[in-house]
Amino acid sequence: MVKPRVLVLRVAGTNCDQETVWALQMAGASAERVHLNEFISGRKRLKDYQALVIPGGFSYGDDIAAGKVLANQLLYRLENDLRELVHRRKPILGICNGFQVLVKAGLLPGQPPGQQATLTWNDSARFEDRWVYLKVETEVCPFVKNLPEIIRLPVAHAEGKFLPANKKVLGFLERKKLVVFRYVSPSGELTGYPYNPNGSVAGIAGICSPDGLILGMMPHPERAVIRQHYPDWLRHPESSATAATAGFQIFKNMVDYLA
Amino acid sequence: MVTSSQVKEINLLKASESELVALSQKHLLSLDLKEMKAIQRHFQRLGRNPTDCELETIAQTWSEHCVHKTFKAVINYHDGLEKRTRKVVCLNEIARVTRRLRKRWCLSVFQDNAGIIEFTDGWAVAFKVETHNHPSALEPYGGAGTGVGGVIRDILGVGLGAKPILNTDVFCFGPLDFSAEELPEGVLHPRRIFKGVVSGVRDYGNRMGIPTANGAIIFDPGYVYNCLVFCGTVGIMPENKIFKKVSVGDLIVVAGGRTGRDGIHGATFSSASLNKNIPTSVVQIGNPIVEKKLLDVLMVARDLNLYRAITDCGAGGLSSAIGEMARDTGAVVWLERVPLKYADLAPWEIWLSESQERMVLAVPPENEERLVSLFQNEDVEATVIGQFTDSGQLLLKYHDHTVGELNLNFLHHGLPRRKLQAYFHPRPPARITPENVEWKETLRQLLTDPVIASKEVVIRQYDHEVQAQTIIKPLTGVEQSGPSDAVVLKPLAESWAGVVVGCGINPFYGEIDPYAMAGCSLEEAIRNVVCVGGDPFRVALLDNFCWGETSQPESLGRLVRCVEGCRDFALAYGAPFISGKDSLNNYFRKEDGSVSSIPPTLLISALSTIPDVRKACTSDLKKPGNNIYLCGVTREEFGGSRYYHLFHCPGGQVPLPRPAETRPLMKKLYQAIRNRWVAACHDCSEGGFIVALSEMVIGGTWGAEVDLTKVNGQPLKIDACLFSESQGRFIVEVEQEHQEKFESLMEGQPVGLVGRVLPESFLTVKLGQEILFQFTIQELARSWKGAIGW
Repeated sequence: MVKPRVLVLRVAGTNCDQETVWALQMAGASAERVHLNEFISGRKRLKDYQALVIPGGFSYGDDIAAGKVLANQLLYRLENDLRELVHRRKPILGICNGFQVLVKAGLLPGQPPGQQATLTWNDSARFEDRWVYLKVETEVCPFVKNLPEIIRLPVAHAEGKFLPANKKVLGFLERKKLVVFRYVSPSGELTGYPYNPNGSVAGIAGICSPDGLILGMMPHPERAVIRQHYPDWLRHPESSATAATAGFQIFKNMVDYLA
Repeated sequence: MVTSSQVKEINLLKASESELVALSQKHLLSLDLKEMKAIQRHFQRLGRNPTDCELETIAQTWSEHCVHKTFKAVINYHDGLEKRTRKVVCLNEIARVTRRLRKRWCLSVFQDNAGIIEFTDGWAVAFKVETHNHPSALEPYGGAGTGVGGVIRDILGVGLGAKPILNTDVFCFGPLDFSAEELPEGVLHPRRIFKGVVSGVRDYGNRMGIPTANGAIIFDPGYVYNCLVFCGTVGIMPENKIFKKVSVGDLIVVAGGRTGRDGIHGATFSSASLNKNIPTSVVQIGNPIVEKKLLDVLMVARDLNLYRAITDCGAGGLSSAIGEMARDTGAVVWLERVPLKYADLAPWEIWLSESQERMVLAVPPENEERLVSLFQNEDVEATVIGQFTDSGQLLLKYHDHTVGELNLNFLHHGLPRRKLQAYFHPRPPARITPENVEWKETLRQLLTDPVIASKEVVIRQYDHEVQAQTIIKPLTGVEQSGPSDAVVLKPLAESWAGVVVGCGINPFYGEIDPYAMAGCSLEEAIRNVVCVGGDPFRVALLDNFCWGETSQPESLGRLVRCVEGCRDFALAYGAPFISGKDSLNNYFRKEDGSVSSIPPTLLISALSTIPDVRKACTSDLKKPGNNIYLCGVTREEFGGSRYYHLFHCPGGQVPLPRPAETRPLMKKLYQAIRNRWVAACHDCSEGGFIVALSEMVIGGTWGAEVDLTKVNGQPLKIDACLFSESQGRFIVEVEQEHQEKFESLMEGQPVGLVGRVLPESFLTVKLGQEILFQFTIQELARSWKGAIGW
């Protein structure tokens, strides 16, 4: 079987690219870290890849606002290539800073056109790294199938509070079941800090496009691909941990979709 | 054209002694009379005056910060214990340990930007810890951030460059509730320094994509005037990239950030004391994204073998980077080619600026084009600014004019060796002891002691999981609220081998007994490694001394005593030093002329390995019914303890490590953990046994019951069992099914079965059948977690 070719895009300030490549490789993809300038200069072409992953980090220092500069670079420097990628129904995954980029580029939720939401400063007004519980909505997005109802992943960000532009946007997301991940308590209830680590509206941690193929999420699946990534892995005997980790499953689903 | 305003001749030849001293002060050179006279003699031989470029270059190269004059000085040391005087060179004492131990896994020690040890399968790891104390006291956010940026560049510049995989941070601050009225002019409040420093480390480290996952924070009034900021970085590199060599003819390339006026005189200023009149222009301005771009492209260039040598621009800027690289060759530098942030820098400013995010490379001419275009593709500036020659001279040109020509031999070997006086007298033991101690209340107060209390509010601001390699994270347990002893990383996708990093610091011991402090810090760093399953026989150490006014023989005597402690205990534990750094003159001269010095402070960082991270161990209690053992001997050692501090008892017997007792214990523990017989392990440090056990309870959220009559040691008083800070002790949780195997392995070791993990929600402390006190887990957690606010 030919391994699907996945692009892990990097720019100045990207910093989760290497581990995202490792996670994709584990899941069976042929993943490559490539600098944005390679595409802008025309030395490489987006259409040679079957999927695009925008990994976490601080693209361009998160100057102006997190992800904003890269969003503009994609919109104005790679406009046609990007539109073609979406048009050809190639999956796009944005993690953390990548999610910020997709939202600010208006690719998420994608309807109506233009930026419909933002990811802004955490209510705590500071960067925080912690593991969260996420309730998964599996109906629309193909990359979250086979996940249990509640999973755990780490978040690490300062600007992760999901804020829709208005009630209509929120209503659209809810009606179309586009809210893929929601911060919840261990028992699955919507609740406040620290379970909702940033004050996101409706606990929104990740959303997808109406066709489910563009997924953006603040939590880091690439930091949860082996059992030993979990912060309490030593508390659970090995036998109960043979199930795939949540992070691995997400990448696996993406690769399976491409296969 | 070079104008007279751009290059100045300094009138040195005819200067009198007092004029030499005045000259050193005026130009912030931080050189003493003897050194100024050596420079004068050199230029008298040449028959000319030095230019500002030349004099500044010498001052940077000869600064305490760069050349460690005190550590290399011949010290006439009077030892009050042995009542005799002998000659000591501190650096030799430290280096002797590494030479004597001759570990084959030590690949590069004390010769490069960082120490390097063997890791696994052709990979090596490098470790360096730096301090950025003076800048952080003036401008906490920028000072701490550039401290991180600087030590990361040390790792980028070790050998042919390593990839950073971990940052460590250790801070010493004044008390956060220090009275604002008592602050003298020119000193920032400890809370402002605390928040600024943490934010600076956070924003630089997080943006660099390097996990910050090990550290410590100490609070003490002794750090109100001079805070301490230790920043460390661990890097990984292929073993065939650990050495570099400049060839004559190689081009000198500066890459990364542009050069401006920020940070001029950083090296010389940080070699002196602080006062309220220091200009903040000595602090550098950092931009982590510029450094991140540099890191990304450097790793590519390294693997393409595009350069032959590399070093970072740190203190002294280009002057020390190029001066160091050209040590055995010679160099010509065209200063006008250095890319500037803005025009109109004088040549000496370009040469001396400590603008951040710059690296210097030695590039064979045939690789110039490939290298420059590679860097360009990633928006990183790389510019040829000179060439290595075989002249033995450092020739500085500016638009065809010679603005300096220095003999490299003089620059690197002309510094007169200092001769210093020092004496050490042990402090008489104190007689005051705590009275009418209420055990439960004392434990509560110790848990809220900021030195002991949870640092979660700081730890969570650091991305400790980026790179997805952090297998034992800084916080552990059910809700990740218990403390981890050390960090374990799994840096290679294809291997289960791990890197382990721990640290030890306790200035409270040093006030009384700097020798014991050295041993305790060193042992604590190794104990931390052992607790998480690291190999105690493959520990490499880094020393960072931060001292006050070392021109005082008494203060210097404490330093010598501390160095001897490092030497003796490192030898006894078989742990070589691979790198080190000292920051002296951490004192503040108040307006009335009086001086406030920091407590003698030693940070020991430990770097070890674990063959398989799947066999690591954490400190949180795992399962009700499991046995709790206290391994090691408890003694009445309260000197410098948090218990004595709480009751304002000065002096006392400082804990003394006993390697002959502890090493065999560590060996067995290492084996027990590898055999998976140990469910949890935590060492006893500040606050003693009961504080350590409380932390295990908080992490595991299981209750526990312990009986103090089972504690190993001489007939002990209750307070010794609870709060003594005796070294060499570990609390170990073992499942009942492994009890027999564990106990037979531990045969002959001082190990006491002191209690059991319980499903109940409280910690019970008993003396035989009598219950001394009980604490609910919630109360413990609330006390320990609520003490340090943001």
